[in-house]
Order: sequence, then C-alpha cells, then structure tokens
Amino acid sequence: MNLVTISGPPSSGKTAVILKTAESLKQRGLKIGAVKFDCLYTEDDVAYEKAGIPVKKGLSGSLCPDHYFVSNIEAVTAWGVEEKFDLLVSESAGLCNRCSPYVKDIKAVCVIDNLSGINTPRKIGPMLRMADIVVITKGDIVSQAEREVFAAGVYAVNPGAVIMHVNGLTGQGAYELSTLLFDENQHIDTLKGKKLRFSMPSALCSYCLGETRIGESYQMGNVRKIDLKNN
Amino acid sequence: MTQNEILQQSPQVLIEKYPFLSSFFEGQHWMSGLNPAQSLAELFVLIDEEFAEDQAFDADAFIGQLIDFITEMQAFIGNDSFKVNKLTILPGTNKSGEPEGFEKLDFKPKTITSIVGPTGSGKSRLLADIEWVAQGDTPTKRKMLINDQLPDSVWRFSGNKKLVAQLSQNMNFVMDLTVKEFLELHAKSRMVSDADDLINRIISSANELAGEKFSPDTAITALSGGQSRALMIADTALLSQSPVVLIDEIENAGIDRKKALEILTGEDKIVLMATHDPLLALMADQRIVIKNGGIHSVIKTSSEERALLAELEQADNKHQKMRTALRSGAVLQRENE
Ligand SMILES: Nc1nc2c(ncn2[C@@H]2O[C@H](COP(=O)(O)OP(=O)(O)OP(=O)(O)O)[C@@H](O)[C@H]2O)c(=O)[nH]1
Ligand SMILES: [Mg+2]
Ligand SMILES: [Zn+2]
Ligand SMILES: [Zn+2]
Repeated sequence: MNLVTISGPPSSGKTAVILKTAESLKQRGLKIGAVKFDCLYTEDDVAYEKAGIPVKKGLSGSLCPDHYFVSNIEAVTAWGVEEKFDLLVSESAGLCNRCSPYVKDIKAVCVIDNLSGINTPRKIGPMLRMADIVVITKGDIVSQAEREVFAAGVYAVNPGAVIMHVNGLTGQGAYELSTLLFDENQHIDTLKGKKLRFSMPSALCSYCLGETRIGESYQMGNVRKIDLKNN
Repeated sequence: MTQNEILQQSPQVLIEKYPFLSSFFEGQHWMSGLNPAQSLAELFVLIDEEFAEDQAFDADAFIGQLIDFITEMQAFIGNDSFKVNKLTILPGTNKSGEPEGFEKLDFKPKTITSIVGPTGSGKSRLLADIEWVAQGDTPTKRKMLINDQLPDSVWRFSGNKKLVAQLSQNMNFVMDLTVKEFLELHAKSRMVSDADDLINRIISSANELAGEKFSPDTAITALSGGQSRALMIADTALLSQSPVVLIDEIENAGIDRKKALEILTGEDKIVLMATHDPLLALMADQRIVIKNGGIHSVIKTSSEERALLAELEQADNKHQKMRTALRSGAVLQRENE
C-alpha cells in the first residue's frame, strides 16, 4: 500500500483536491481509502463516502490534532493494509501551526490556498516547510500576479518542494498531482519504527515529550485512540 | 557551498553575495533580535532553546533549505535569460483513442491562437497538457517540445517558473494594497531590481486599455471590473515570468480587447485564447478546433476571414460608440453613413 499524508490549514481545499485526485487514480483501477483527522467536527467523511471512498474519521477533541494523528496513524495504516487499498490518504487539518503530521519516508503534501494571505506561508511552520509537495488551491479566484506572489512566498519557505497549482472545483492539475502521489514501487505494511520528520512540543503524551518513534510501545501518557470499529 | 562553509558565514555577508536571500531571511523568525553580522554558527548557539522549540527551528534543516534555496535561485536566475522561441505540440489521441487531426502544432512568441469547441470537449485538458509540459504521460498522450527540444523538468516542478499565465473571467484582486504597492510586491517576488520604470509602464498600459483612468494610489480592490482586467492584462504582459498567456474569454465591456492582445503580443507572449466570439477568434493567426477530447483540426485564419473581421470590427465600433453616448445621456441617432 502507498500512504500519503495531506495536511493544511482549515478549508484550504484538502478534501476537494483529494477527491479530484482520487478520480484520476480510480480510473487507473487503483483502490483508494481515506482517513480524516480533525479537532471537533468534520463532515469530510460524508464527502468521501459519497465519492465511494471508504473512510475513517478521528476527532482529537482537546488535544492537538497532530498529536492525536501520531498516536493513531499506525492503527489506521493497519486498517488500510487490511482493506487492501493501493493508496491510503490521510487528511488532517493543521490547526496549531506548530506541529506537522509528516513521517519520514512517507510522502507529505501541504495544501494551502491563494486566499489565505501573502504572509501565510511564513506563518504555518513545519507543515509547509517540511512538505515534499505543496499544492496551492483557489487560483481561479485571484489574479495571475497574486498567484505568482503567493507561489514565490511558498518557494522562499520551502525551496525544495514540488509546487503545484490545483483547482479543487474543476480538478485542473489533479491528474498531474495523482501521478506524483502513487508509486507502484512503494509498499508500506506498517509504520512501526518510522519516525516523525519533526518532534512536537507541549507535554500531553510521549510524543509531546519528543518521542518520534511510532508504535504502541512508545505511546505513553494522555493518548487517545481512534475507534475503528464503530466508525 | 558545503554545510560547513555556510555555517562560517553571516546572514549579512550571504545577502551581500546573494541579494535574493533577503526574502529568505525575512521569513526567519528565529533571527529577530540577533545580529546579522555574526556567523550562522555563532547565531545558532545564541538561540534560546525554548524559542527554538516553539518556532520549530532545526539548524540542520535550516542549513539544508538555505543551500537548496541558493542552488535553485542561481539556476532560476541563470534560467531567466532562457527564452522560449517555440512551443510545439506533437499529437496524441482523442477520447475514442483516434489520432488527433494535425501533425505538429507550433506556437511562437507574438502570435495568437484561438481555441474553439463546446464546453467539456477538452479545452482544459489541452491547457493542462501545456502547463504540465506533457510527455506522453497524460490521458491524451500528447508530447510537448520547447525550442525543438525535450523540456527541462523545472517547468513542471518549480514554484517560480511556470510556462502558462492565466487570465480568466472570474478573477479578482484580493490583496489590500494600492496599485503601486501591489506592483512593487509582484516585482519584488520576481526579483526585478529597479522596478519603478516598469511599474509606470504597467499603469499607463492599463490606463490605455480601460475606459476610465486610475491612479497608482487607488486600492486594487476599488478598481472597476474593466480597470481590474486592464491592470491584470498589463501586469501579466510586462511582469509575469510565463512565456505563454492563456485567456479565457475577454468580456466585451470596459476594456479595449484588441489593444489588450497587442500589449501581450508586443511583450513577446505566446497568446492562447479560448473564445467563441468571432471578433476575437478571427484576430488570431490560427485556431484550434477541439472535439471529443482531442484537437480535431487546426485552421489558419484566411484572408477572407480577415476581411470579415474588418466588417465585424466596424459594427463593433458603432456599437461601442452608441454605448458611450447612451451612458452620457445622449439621444441616439442613425449615423449619416
Ligand atoms: N474557488 C475554489 N474553491 C475551492 C477550491 N478548492 C476548494 N474550494 C472550496 O473551498 C471550500 C473548502 O474546501 P475543502 O476541500 O472542504 O477544504 P478542506 O481543507 O478539506 O477543509 P477542512 O477539512 O474542513 O479543513 C469548499 O467550499 C470548496 O469547494 C478551488 O481551487 N477554487
Ligand atoms: Mg477536508
Ligand atoms: Zn500541535
Ligand atoms: Zn502529544
């Protein structure tokens, strides 16, 4: 199975981009699954289901959603492997701007939108800085010049990333993105032993204390588990 | 430059050597309050641990990104003098898998190509193929060449260098800036040094296109529809890095469309224009007919069509004049022909 973590500020167009990209992947006969991590509320699961994509959702409540993500991504990965997905997409709303749910060797995509303001690329920290691919959405509403200025801002923060423009409404650019997301040679069976790209602060659980290894045995303290059964 | 060499340099010296680094360092919150004349190695020692934690600062990652940025920027600047003299599409297939109806399609700077065909026929796919510099790896299997060569992958992946600039009907300005501030910001992102002259040229071009003039101090969000479009077109012509401009239908209001196309071609742009307005379609040198997901045919604008265009333009002028007269409260009269 391939695993891709997609993250980005709230309402930046993550779900829209994933759904359009999944259309292209499905046409190639690939089986896609999704998981949505959010804080208090999400309707994204409904959107995925409607598109025929099996989905799980996890709400972190009072915890930072990214902390909640690390405590649960391993279990979710196991679910994806069991379901025999070719590609499992994890969508998480980056809320605290300090954490990022990216795992070493797992493709990381940050979705950010043109309307979010010229200084946003500088503000959102590791979620943007550590991404392999940066997808910029909502280019259809702003001027060409604003798109260029915004992309230059993203570039200054993460010069190594592939920077793409995707329209979440029309799907323009989604086919191209899909070719970068799925790699036949990648096989993820488990995340056990993999590391976060970046440690997360604030002491709530073992990951807050700097733990970067993934797996049940490393999780201590205030750890909340996703319910995959009644989900 | 190696990691160790960079560590021994100060931000100040680095910026002197690579002026483009000023935008990179501006985004580094951890440097605020520190002396930019000290070497990076010295500065790293000074960072408060708690602060580094809060700001998610990682010295190794930082150095890695700094080196990336310098390397890519140098390539970008070296690349900036690279000129696209010809863009070529080699045929693929339509939705039914049949070969497209042309052998080789060239686009050159200063030329206009119109694109016609029903909605959903494959216009967006064509544009996407150009933007992605398709290499037989998109659903149409089209291939593209730049200057008769296989294109560099930088056209695909770089945030700073895109082949296509787009102007479409529903675009707005969203930033809260004056026209002048806005153009300065755009010029800065493109690393144009002495931009004043360029900015003045953009504003005067835009004012030529729009019926009512605006000043450099007008807020961009306060511009009328026609003025906004005029500014977008002039800015794209003079300040966008993209050699290809795609226009999605220019509305026939508040702007001189013919002049708009002249400004774009005058700046050596390759202009592609999706339109069903004969007045625009016939201004093009050639037009692409799209059917069933593929290019069905390519038609060169004939001399008969050009003659027809002249007639259409006359009718259009008359129409425009009446519009202006109506607006100023005049009673319309049959012109003495
Ligand atoms: N105009 C325009 N709207 C877009 C684009 N992409 C997404 N949207 C709209 O933006 C809104 C938010 O998109 P979502 O895909 O739900 O955003 P999200 O990042 O998944 O949001 P959360 O999961 O709630 O954080 C929706 O109304 C989309 O239709 C785009 O490229 N252009
Ligand atoms: Mg969503
Ligand atoms: Zn957090
Ligand atoms: Zn935690």
